[in-house]
Amino acid sequence: MPAAVEFIDIARRFGSVRALSGVSFAVDEGEFFGLLGPNGAGKTTLISIAAGLTLADTGSARILGHDVVRDFRQARRALGVVPQELVFDPFFSVRETLEIQSGYFGIRDNGDWIDEILHRLDLTSKADANMRSLSGGMKRRVLVGQALVHKPPVIVLDEPTAGVDVELRQSLWGFIRKLNRDGHTIILTTHYLEEAEALCERIAMLQAGRVVALDTKHNLLSRFAGITVRLAADRVPMAWRTRVLREEGGVYFVALDHYADLEMLLQEMRREGLAIRELSLLEADLEEVFLKIMGGDLRGAPAGVPA
Amino acid sequence: MIRVAGAGWPTLLYKELLRFWKVAFQTILAPVLSALLYLLIFSHVLESHVTVYGGEVRYTAFLIPGLVMMSVLQNAFANSSSSLIQSKITGNLIFILLPPLSPGDLYLAYVLGAMVRGLVVGLGVFVVTLFFVPSLLAMPHPLWALVFALLGSAILGTLGLLAGMWADKFDQLAVFQNFIIVPLTFLSGVFYSIHSLPPFWQAASRFNPFFYMIDGFRYGFFGHSDVAPSFSLALVALCCAMLSLLTITLLRRGWKLRH
Repeated sequence: MPAAVEFIDIARRFGSVRALSGVSFAVDEGEFFGLLGPNGAGKTTLISIAAGLTLADTGSARILGHDVVRDFRQARRALGVVPQELVFDPFFSVRETLEIQSGYFGIRDNGDWIDEILHRLDLTSKADANMRSLSGGMKRRVLVGQALVHKPPVIVLDEPTAGVDVELRQSLWGFIRKLNRDGHTIILTTHYLEEAEALCERIAMLQAGRVVALDTKHNLLSRFAGITVRLAADRVPMAWRTRVLREEGGVYFVALDHYADLEMLLQEMRREGLAIRELSLLEADLEEVFLKIMGGDLRGAPAGVPA
Repeated sequence: MIRVAGAGWPTLLYKELLRFWKVAFQTILAPVLSALLYLLIFSHVLESHVTVYGGEVRYTAFLIPGLVMMSVLQNAFANSSSSLIQSKITGNLIFILLPPLSPGDLYLAYVLGAMVRGLVVGLGVFVVTLFFVPSLLAMPHPLWALVFALLGSAILGTLGLLAGMWADKFDQLAVFQNFIIVPLTFLSGVFYSIHSLPPFWQAASRFNPFFYMIDGFRYGFFGHSDVAPSFSLALVALCCAMLSLLTITLLRRGWKLRH
C-alpha cells in the first residue's frame, strides 16, 4: 500500500537560500501527522511541493503513489490543501465558491456534499453571502470547505487556525478529527504546539530546511521532555541540588529522568527529615521538546532519522 | 470515494464568464460607449475630408468595422490579462493551481473566456453603430468577418494570458497594454486605410499583425481590402498558432505561476 504522502530526498533553493535539503519521509494512510518548525523552516515550501504549487529542484513527492509532477491529475485529485494565506475570490458567494471549486475537479451536482460542508463548518446561514462580507474566521472556514469539495483522501492544513477564535477552533478541530476517523489522512502545520500535541499522532520537525526530528508524539515526549516535579519544601536534599531547574519562593522545580527517580527523591527527603508541603508532577509537553530540539541540544543527531 | 470526474476547464470558463458578466457595466457597456464616442467624433470631423477605397465607401461606414474589431481585440486582451493578474495579486490563483487542471485546460478556459468577452463587446458596438450606417448589415462576406473576429480575439486573449503571467503588478500590465497593445491597434488601420499613408508607414504597417486582422475583418464588410484576405488569414492563423504554442509551453513549465 503506497504512503499517503511520500517525500523522497527533496531539495529546493530560492536564490542563495536553501529552503529544503534532503527531506525524506512518508506519512501513512489514516495518520494525523504534524509538521512543526519555526518560521522559515520550510514547512510551507514542502507543502507547496506536495501540492504542485512549487517545483522541487531535486527529489520527488508522491500522493498515494502518484508523482505530483508526472501524474499530477491523480495526485491533485487525492489531495486537499487549506492554504495559509486568507485568500478568496471577491466576485462570488460562499456557495458559488464551493460549486466552482467542485467544477475544477470535474465534479458537477455536488450540492449534497456542499450542504454538508456548509453545515459542518457552520456556514449554512452565509451560503449566499458574498465572500467580501465574511469575517476572517469565516473566510478561513470557506478555505477549509474548498479543500474538501472533492472528498480528498489526503488533507493538508497549513496553519489553519490562525485568526480563528477559540470556539470556532474547537468546532473546526472536531470536524477535522471526524474526517480523520472516517479514514482521511491529515497533515497539519501549526505554530500552536498545544494543537499539534492534542491532535497529531506522529510529528516531523523541520529546521532550516532539514528534518531534525521524526517520531511519534509519545516517543518524542518521553525521549526529550523528561518529567518535572514541583516541590514545596524548606530545601531539597543535598544530592539533588544540581537537578533543580529553578526556585520560586520555596517552590522547587526538579528534573527527573524517569518516574523511578521520584522514589529516590522522596527517600532522600525522608532521610534528611524534610517535610513536603506540596508536590505535583508536571507533564512533559511538546513545547519543551520543540525548544530542546530547535535549541540545538541535538544538532547533528536528528532523532529518529537515520544518519 | 471520488466520483467519476469530468473535465475541469468548462467550470473555469464559466467562472471567467461570470466574472465579467457580474460587472457588465464596466466590462461591456463602457467599451461600447467608448467606441460610440470615437465614431461620433471621428466621423463628424473626417467624413467630408477622407476618401477610402477610391470613394466607393463612406468614411463613417469604413470606420465602423475598424472600431468593432478594435473593441473585440482590446476587450479580449483586457479580460484574460486582468483576470489573471487579479488572481495572482489577491492570491486566489491557488484555487485553480490546486485542482487537476492541465496547461491546456487553463489555456482553453482563459482564451475562450476572453474571446466571448471580445465578441460580445464587438457585437454590442456593431449593433449600436448600425443606427448610423444600416447598410453595413448587408455584408458580402460575413464568414470572413467572423473568422477574423474569432482569430483576432483568440490572439489577443492569448496575449492577455501571456501578459497576465508575466506581470507581477498592475503597472507592469499597464506597460504591456499602453506600450504594445494600444499602439499596435491604433496604428493598424482602424481609423484609416494604409493606402493613405506615406510609403514608409505603409511598409511599416505590414509588420503589424493587427493590421491584417482589421484589414481581413473589413473585407467581410466591403469585399475590399488593402491586402488579399487569404494572405491575411494565413498570417493571422499562423500568428495565433505560434502564440498559443508558446503560451501552452510556458504554462506547462509553470512560468511565473508555479515557483
